[in-house]
Amino acid sequence: MAGFAVQPTAQAAAGDPARGEEIYHRCLACHSLEHNRVGPRHCGLFGRKAGTLEGYSYSAAMKKYGVIWNEKTLDHFLENPMKAVPGTKMGYAGIKDAQERADLIAYLKQATRDPKICH
Amino acid sequence: MTIARLSPTSDGEIRRSFLSGFGKFTLSATAIALLSGNEKLAMIGSAAAQTANNDVAILNSALGAEQQAIAAYQLGAESGLLQKPVLALAVQFQGHHKQHADALAKAVQKLGGKPATPLKDYGFPKEKLKTQADVLNFAATLEKGAVSAYLGAVPILTDRELAKAAASILGDEAMHWAVLRQALGQPPVPEAFVS
Repeated sequence: MAGFAVQPTAQAAAGDPARGEEIYHRCLACHSLEHNRVGPRHCGLFGRKAGTLEGYSYSAAMKKYGVIWNEKTLDHFLENPMKAVPGTKMGYAGIKDAQERADLIAYLKQATRDPKICH
Repeated sequence: MTIARLSPTSDGEIRRSFLSGFGKFTLSATAIALLSGNEKLAMIGSAAAQTANNDVAILNSALGAEQQAIAAYQLGAESGLLQKPVLALAVQFQGHHKQHADALAKAVQKLGGKPATPLKDYGFPKEKLKTQADVLNFAATLEKGAVSAYLGAVPILTDRELAKAAASILGDEAMHWAVLRQALGQPPVPEAFVS
């Protein structure tokens, strides 16, 4: 019942990739690791410049965003995508819990570099 | 045809409400304010237009997910892996997603936006779908994702009627997910809260 809980102000502990994999299930209506779908694929995410993945049709806002995806930039974006990038196609409230974001990012850091998944 | 109601309050605040959410025509607050020649109202209307743009983005995200679900159920139905009672269920659920998509596309258009269009290829893992359970698991994954997507849409939709409609779809997606889990022999409702 995270929605009713008082959000902790303390910094999140190190991310847990196993918990992050569970949280990633929330993303699967629009995203996959391997393929562009409603949202861009996540393989190769870390170190990629926002809005530059070939074959995906980004919003003008995301093309202009200019950040390189890493733990910090992802944490900021995932907290509130529409506030971070007004005009983004990702019409989603975001993940408000800092620990959940840390877990998700820990999972993404592993999975998006997994050679069995990301060819 | 229904036009959005603008209700100036005593402090000049503009309250804009959709009379019936999805399926009815709505004139933007900006258009009404500009037509009335009231620049102050037009400025407030610009803010309303921005929130309408946000609603369009949110609805288009949901529309994209619905289009993907329609394609996924089509793949399942044509796979030859679904046995008769389950096949009928999959076709019924696909029909629900088509209704959701139609409603969302109309809402986007009536807010002045351009509805998202289906992709030619979603890169579904066809090679991994070898049994009926594989197809049901795949569908359940997408339905669970759809529940989360609507949960992320409802609180940020500016228009309360649109939020209500999105919550209604969320309930339908959650029922799909539960029925698919039941068919897979899993606890249909694993937790008290969805996320």
